[in-house]
Amino acid sequence: MSLIRLVARLILVVVGGIAGCFAESKHYRQLRRREAAPGPTLTNLKRLPRGLVAARTFMCVGSVVIASDYAKSFAGAFESLIGGEVTQLETLIDRGQRESLQRLRDQAAAHGAAIVLNIRLETAVIGQGAEIIAYGTGVKLAN
Amino acid sequence: MLLSNLKNPPGFRITKHVGLVIGNTIRAKHIGTDIVAGLKNVVGGEITGYTELLSESRNQAIKRMANSAKRAGANGIVNVRLGTAMLMGGAAELYAYGTAVVVEAEQADVAD
Repeated sequence: MSLIRLVARLILVVVGGIAGCFAESKHYRQLRRREAAPGPTLTNLKRLPRGLVAARTFMCVGSVVIASDYAKSFAGAFESLIGGEVTQLETLIDRGQRESLQRLRDQAAAHGAAIVLNIRLETAVIGQGAEIIAYGTGVKLAN
Repeated sequence: MLLSNLKNPPGFRITKHVGLVIGNTIRAKHIGTDIVAGLKNVVGGEITGYTELLSESRNQAIKRMANSAKRAGANGIVNVRLGTAMLMGGAAELYAYGTAVVVEAEQADVAD
């Protein structure tokens, strides 16, 4: 590989890594705020807790398509040689799952749900990225 | 049409199981979105173009499943499951499947 291409790659890795870092901490701040805000309770229960009566039930879905940043893919290539946990992807998937859960929560809140039952999380690889979906049954209570 | 990923949605009684219904869509890549995705690969994070595209397709797949159920004489679908699969050529298939049922509301004062 010529020197220019190598340097260009390194610059992309550093720029991508730094920008990615900032974007990540900002996203985590937003996630923490949204998770602490009042709204529907997210569960993977199959039944309503005793004493609650349903007035309306409907499907809710939240989804995210994510791409890994250059620095992570680079580091990932090294880690895949030695095996073990793929740590640089953990935060990406974690953010994706929490973000799709918050979107699910927003959709449920828009329809007046107090609780969401039977939440399922699925991840699918699509090209250079992954799609994470969270779906469940939102329940609007009678009282 | 009642849609739920529960086997027994609260507030409803299932009177008849009609059968399995499926809805799916296949979405091809979009050149413009792909270019943005390539750029996003440098910074990392969400590819909003694709999220919207796939979300739309998923809603279409769910609608097709609901239409199948309606044609079969059902008024609800329970145990709905969603999935995404990547196909050759970079296309993605989004599918939804569930059990079409005839339901009735359990109490007189339950809406919908």
